[in-house]
Amino acid sequence: MSAAQRINRWLPLLAALALAALPAVLSPYLQELVLRIMTLAVFALSLELLVGTTGLVSLGHAAFYGIGAYATVLLSPADAPAPLLPLLAGAMGAAALYALAVGLLSLRTQGVYFIMVTLAFAQMAYFVFHDTKLGGGTDGIYLNVRPVLALGSAVLLDTDNKLQRYALGWAALVATYGVLALLQRSRFGHALAGIRENEQRMRAAGFATLAYKLAAFVIAGALAGLAGFLTATKDGFVNPEMLSWHESGAVLLVIILGGLGHLRGAVIGAVSFVLLKEALSTPALVGPLADRWQLTLGLTIIVAVALLPKGLIGLFKRGGQA
Amino acid sequence: MSAALLQCQGLTRRFGGLTAVGDVSLDFRLGEVHAVIGTNGAGKSTLINMLSGELPASAGTVRLDGHDITALPQPRRARAGIGRSYQRTTIFNAFTVFENCRLCAQAGHARPWAVWQSAARCAQAGAIARDALAAAGLADWAQRPAGALSHGGKRQLEIAMCLATRPRVLLLDEPLAGMGAEETERMLALLTTLKSGHAIALVEHDMDAVFRIADRITVMVNGQVIASDVPEVIKTHRDVQIAYLGDAH
Repeated sequence: MSAAQRINRWLPLLAALALAALPAVLSPYLQELVLRIMTLAVFALSLELLVGTTGLVSLGHAAFYGIGAYATVLLSPADAPAPLLPLLAGAMGAAALYALAVGLLSLRTQGVYFIMVTLAFAQMAYFVFHDTKLGGGTDGIYLNVRPVLALGSAVLLDTDNKLQRYALGWAALVATYGVLALLQRSRFGHALAGIRENEQRMRAAGFATLAYKLAAFVIAGALAGLAGFLTATKDGFVNPEMLSWHESGAVLLVIILGGLGHLRGAVIGAVSFVLLKEALSTPALVGPLADRWQLTLGLTIIVAVALLPKGLIGLFKRGGQA
Repeated sequence: MSAALLQCQGLTRRFGGLTAVGDVSLDFRLGEVHAVIGTNGAGKSTLINMLSGELPASAGTVRLDGHDITALPQPRRARAGIGRSYQRTTIFNAFTVFENCRLCAQAGHARPWAVWQSAARCAQAGAIARDALAAAGLADWAQRPAGALSHGGKRQLEIAMCLATRPRVLLLDEPLAGMGAEETERMLALLTTLKSGHAIALVEHDMDAVFRIADRITVMVNGQVIASDVPEVIKTHRDVQIAYLGDAH
């Protein structure tokens, strides 16, 4: 193993350590920006399991993200901090439950039909929050008191504190990446890759592919719920736009931009997407175009994807590991 | 003569008003190559699809070792011992030849959900895959990407992938299609070695090959079986000559 390969292998760990140390040198604003990147990375990684690993292109992934966020707020008491772990379980569980229902009804379809069915179910969830009083309608709803992780009377983690919120986001990203890396090297993960390559052969070999796809769909939904939980505790506010198809499309763009088929691609995509958006909406950098950041961001991504069909990760590597 | 390993009785498939396969009853025995021949549209592939479980039967039953498996979906039938190859090569092009077989071997693993275990280090699947590659004569190609194999090599790999699932029945849909003379010889030699441990159903258009290797031949016309017997009898069967071999004789 060459030195470069060795560094490459340990890169995720080095990146995790660097992220852990960053708050020591960052301004509060930049720390908030990195937390936003880490949250988007968790969301993107969850979709990567579906699109990059299993070959299921979903255009409704924001539904699980939004449901995780809404569950965080709706399950929190109005006047006291919620216990963090049960609340997190509630948020991820709610997202997983909806993923189970959507998966059961959508996974028998393929290709463009699957895209349309996932989109339809996401829009359904969107309109439930948009048009009913359940989550404050179009205005959204505030998280009055942020959750805390306590052991007896000792508070271990208070998400009202910015640095501790950062630590929570960091832990979530590390855990998500670790779990997905483990999945990908397992027999389960190899079976998902087989389904992506040739589902007919997988069935002929004896794999109940529907069960595998459903498991992947539910895990992806739960992890998207985790990202929603992070966003809700970070912003202290949720609104129906979190479930909209724009959001589903954006996270799909993130993993395409980063490079499909690699966990690292999803993280690189999240970093680039947030930084690009930040740069293109800063008047000091782009002048009057800053107000048109959606246009310039879209064009930039189109150019990037056209020039780099394998995504940004194609710039760095030729191999095919996670 | 051994008892039938795979058996279908009154197997029928209707598509709307069209009867693609009508009332077919056949036995597939261990140690035998049972060829199913017939013109295009005779219902051979539909029959194979019903035996493998990809297509539900409109009527009739399928039995494996005496057990009724008519209601089982394809993956369960595959795990019960029915392997198949497709008319159009169906492999994982992006994976290596070895990975193709290892993944198929993994289907029978007792703990598919043990996610903390590495698939690449799965000793059980690895050993089965190596055996399957050796049996199919592909051991030297193990580390090549499957997509880089020749057409004949890919067909061989598909058989190896079937073997990696440890089947007792092999349903082979035109394994010789598109093969050159040398590749055909290699495949026929392979099928001959596989005969002893398997019941082989062979759908094939290459008549020379069929008459060389088959122990029993079933002739289908318009979804019906018009004759099913040993090759010597089929060769001289009047209905078969008229209906199917008529042009050639």
